[in-house]
Amino acid sequence: MSDALIQQSIARLVPEGSRVLDLGCGDGALLALLQRERGCRGYGIELDDANVHACVQRGVNVIQLNLDEGLAMFGDRSFDVVLQIDTLQHLRNAETMLRETARVGRLGIVAFPNFAHWPNRLSVLGGRMPVTRRLPYQWYDTPNIRVGTHADFAVLAYKNSLRVLDAFGLQEGREVRFLPNLMAGTAVFKFERG
Amino acid sequence: MLATPQSMKFESALPLRSGASIRDYALSFETYGTLNADRSNAVLICHALNASHHVAGVYAGQDKSEGWWDNMIGPGKPVDTNRFFVVGINNLGSCFGSTGPMHANPDTGRIYGADFPVVTVEDWVKAQARLLDALGIDQLAAVMGGSLGGMQALSWTLQYPQRVRHAVVIASAPNLTAENIAFNEVARRAIVTDPDFHGGHFYEHGVVPKRGLRIARMVGHITYLSDDVMNEKFGRELKTPTLPDEARPPGGGLAADGAIRDYLYSTQEVEFQIESYLRYQGDKFSEYFDANTYLLITRALDYFDPARAHGGDLSAAMEAAVSKFLLVSFTTDWRFSPQRSREIVKALVDNRRDVSYAEIDAPHGHDAFLLDDPRYMAVIRSYFDRIAAEGVAS
Repeated sequence: MSDALIQQSIARLVPEGSRVLDLGCGDGALLALLQRERGCRGYGIELDDANVHACVQRGVNVIQLNLDEGLAMFGDRSFDVVLQIDTLQHLRNAETMLRETARVGRLGIVAFPNFAHWPNRLSVLGGRMPVTRRLPYQWYDTPNIRVGTHADFAVLAYKNSLRVLDAFGLQEGREVRFLPNLMAGTAVFKFERG
Repeated sequence: MLATPQSMKFESALPLRSGASIRDYALSFETYGTLNADRSNAVLICHALNASHHVAGVYAGQDKSEGWWDNMIGPGKPVDTNRFFVVGINNLGSCFGSTGPMHANPDTGRIYGADFPVVTVEDWVKAQARLLDALGIDQLAAVMGGSLGGMQALSWTLQYPQRVRHAVVIASAPNLTAENIAFNEVARRAIVTDPDFHGGHFYEHGVVPKRGLRIARMVGHITYLSDDVMNEKFGRELKTPTLPDEARPPGGGLAADGAIRDYLYSTQEVEFQIESYLRYQGDKFSEYFDANTYLLITRALDYFDPARAHGGDLSAAMEAAVSKFLLVSFTTDWRFSPQRSREIVKALVDNRRDVSYAEIDAPHGHDAFLLDDPRYMAVIRSYFDRIAAEGVAS
């Protein structure tokens, strides 16, 4: 799901040498990048067979699990960083998994498509659900079952007593710190358990 | 690929977990492919209950003599013998060539029978290590096995951590559950209570406890399949042949194909196809498998429990392992369920070991590890591609 630019931006947020758990790691590209360029080690969690195979091909540790079943396998604060990159929007138990992310990782990093990005707002104002490069699906076939905004996540984080360490947007691979809820297609939050 | 069985004799005593030991024993083995110059491409395949050193290839001039994992191992196969030197070893106590209960005890000159010492997974691994010593293999590129074979692979990483670079553990478990031990016990009781068993010394009576072996195999077979696959394969299909119209008995039913069939209304005849299948499997098995071997191997399964020495803490037990791991389980395997594989994965994650885990959504139950699911084969192939690519650098 996450493209190369997002991956580069996320990788910069991960401290060198971190022990990383990547929830919904896809084909393992981000983990491979973190291993290669940031000296990180860790595991990806993935449900899809083809992605699990792709991770094995890359030589990235991957554990085939359904995130909807939780993270019972992992102990409290057992990872330096837990990533949820373009994963949250697919989870039925998004709030539970957010709490789990903060439990298992000293640091949590979440990125997801920001539904309040201005082109999306315009589209809804025009009476139609947005279909963009970032949200390329029609309303009737989207795998994104949790549609939220940068601002929404801040509220959810507060509700779950998470301490937000950094929050910004990503647009065209660049960090958006001015009005990210309006100006960025991707919302990024870095947080820890409060 | 042609396979050639070999045998190696060991004179010095092998001390066993039980405190007993065994001397003057032989192990049957086969190798495929070529050991490279730095002896770094060896892969040991560990076998499960009903298998042997004949892992892959065929015997010259013998039709249908493919090894038990021939779909997995061979030239161009997932474990590619063009790149790897693959070794299959028949375990001690087996009935396929290595020293077992049907052989003579050098201390007494009498057939071992029930006196064959109880062997454990750890004992087997130690015996395998001795054979690898003799072949000049210090370190394995990988050790791999399914089911009980997976337990041996796991045990290798604990007994000889420095001698294993990768462990591939398929459809296995860190120990047997009570239910699993219970199935083994039913099988053992079937054998031991067969009047032809003679306390395990049936050889000298010129008989074989076939009834017990048949039932043991039938029970085992049920547990290797899933409910779904059994229903799909057999359902409630009847064994009796189609009856002509005029012979249609009262109460006879119409089958899906329009043929008229009816029950035999017999308590002892084979009525359903599943019964026929199980009886066939049992008969076949009782012709070639040794009753004492069955008892020994099921006991080795029961006893395996590396966490036991660590107060049941598998994570503490796995601390000794330093190799990289691939684990695979199958969703419909209820004998060695995915949950058991996840326990091993968790223990490895707790110790920060490199591990990948694939949970294959296959319908075939425990037997899936011997079948050709494309996702399963692809993951194994890619994992071995990585092993080949990294060479001894790791």
